[in-house]
Amino acid sequence: MSRDLILQAIISGILMGLIYALVAVGLSLIFGLMEIVNFAHGEFLMLAMFATFWLWAVFGLDPLISLPLVAAMLACGGILVHFGIIRRLLSAPMLAQVCGTFGLAVALRAGAQFLWTPDFRTITSPMSAGRVEIGPVFIGQPQLVAGLICLFAFAALWAFITRTDTGLALQATAQDRQAAAVMGIPTERMWALGWAIGLGCVGIAGCLLSTFYYIFPEVGVNFALLAFVAVALGGFGSIIGSLVAGVLIGLTESLGGLLLDPSYKTLIVFGLYLGVVIVRPMGLFGRF
Amino acid sequence: MLLEVENLEVAYGDYQVVWGVSLAVAAGESVALLGPNGSGKSTVVNTISGLLPAKAGDIRFNGVSLVDRPTHARAPLGIAHVLERRRVFPHLTVQQNLFLGAWHSAARAARGETAQRIFGLFPRLLERQNQLARTLSGGEQQMLAIGRGLMALPRLLMVDEPFLGLAPQVAQQLQSVFETLKSEGMAILFIEQNVRLALSMAGRGYILEGGRLAIAGPAATLVDSPEVRRIFLGV
Ligand SMILES: Nc1ncnc2c1ncn2[C@@H]1O[C@H](COP(=O)(O)OP(=O)(O)O)[C@@H](O)[C@H]1O
Ligand SMILES: [Mg+2]
Repeated sequence: MSRDLILQAIISGILMGLIYALVAVGLSLIFGLMEIVNFAHGEFLMLAMFATFWLWAVFGLDPLISLPLVAAMLACGGILVHFGIIRRLLSAPMLAQVCGTFGLAVALRAGAQFLWTPDFRTITSPMSAGRVEIGPVFIGQPQLVAGLICLFAFAALWAFITRTDTGLALQATAQDRQAAAVMGIPTERMWALGWAIGLGCVGIAGCLLSTFYYIFPEVGVNFALLAFVAVALGGFGSIIGSLVAGVLIGLTESLGGLLLDPSYKTLIVFGLYLGVVIVRPMGLFGRF
Repeated sequence: MLLEVENLEVAYGDYQVVWGVSLAVAAGESVALLGPNGSGKSTVVNTISGLLPAKAGDIRFNGVSLVDRPTHARAPLGIAHVLERRRVFPHLTVQQNLFLGAWHSAARAARGETAQRIFGLFPRLLERQNQLARTLSGGEQQMLAIGRGLMALPRLLMVDEPFLGLAPQVAQQLQSVFETLKSEGMAILFIEQNVRLALSMAGRGYILEGGRLAIAGPAATLVDSPEVRRIFLGV
């Protein structure tokens, strides 16, 4: 096996991992803030991809143009989910909370199948189409653009959370909701903001993913699964943890697929997860 | 009156723990809310700040009823609540903890100056300003919790068992800070189990027993009251 092939796998693994990471960070943020697991996370990724697809198919908007629009749509969706569903479930038993987001996932998937059929769709020749040559390897340009924008989104999120008053208030609410509230920080608004940011990240990831991936109603299932692994691997509530774990998963998948057999790649990812969690149950960067 | 609590009743679900409690704090006054463990002190003060809903009764601050206001809308009126067991934000720095305390706009505009004043009261916090709060000692965390409360520029400071588990020197230092705040005209509501300590700082006291007001009066009469001794020692 040539060195170039391995290098190729490493680069494409990192790029895919950055997308996993951005999906995972939304999940992690929402969990860290209010201890709610969003089982519909993958379905929101699917919705973002379909939104991107229809904006392209109907209005001729390239995904790179519709990116802010799709992110904003998903962020608004997050606020709606918070006030429409989650808020009512906060004082309900654990099982009801699980059923709430899980039911939403089933409904969204069924709705997508009904409205748009189970067909696979693609966005043909997006603006970012093509290949770039990095030394001896060729990388798909859509993947490269997607990975870089995801990395940029991470940097922006990190700056927001750690450098702005609102971002710090979000962290404060996650760490001690009551202490934050008596200081005047509005818990409800922080939770809604968490959902907006969490699903906004999914919107960015889904929009970029649709430039090189099939778009179909079930597309979110596998991504959500990997996002759950990334969150547990990186540590619940940790932003850096999601980034590192997402990239690690992307790398494991692509290197594992290359060195062993592509059909084993998911198995290898779960092996990595079990290995880390046995040694460090709180995940790589977790606090619990 | 700055704070007036009238016939307050509070329940956790169906389990009522506070029965018809009334108390008042005037502007600039220091008052102690006393009672043995489990007598309902924290429940009362958590209801004043809105963390728990009042089942019945009224709470007024400066004449404005608080009962329909969400928790976060009470701080801007001038109430600061330093929660039991410090509750600093463990993964944020000392300085970030303090600045978050100045959330509402009036406090935020002055937060640089207020922080300097708090560093003057607690020089240890200045030394540690870039450390994460979880790396502080218990005494330093209590200083931070109080400092964070003061960042909101309150007219009334409610502190829930601030001396719990502190070394005597730290407790003394804290006491002198409270004396300074009193002399600056801040009203303070001390929530305490330690009758002597609290009544050495407060002018008046209210004593809770089993969620009901048992006795109230000036500090001097409470300190030596046999009834108070009975409530706290069960003799
Ligand atoms: N979250 C809670 N749920 C149910 N009961 C509680 C809760 N918190 C406190 N209590 C009960 O309420 C009573 C008063 O508690 P608390 O206000 O904490 O007393 P204090 O602060 O005086 O020690 C106690 O009997 C306690 O067991
Ligand atoms: Mg208490």
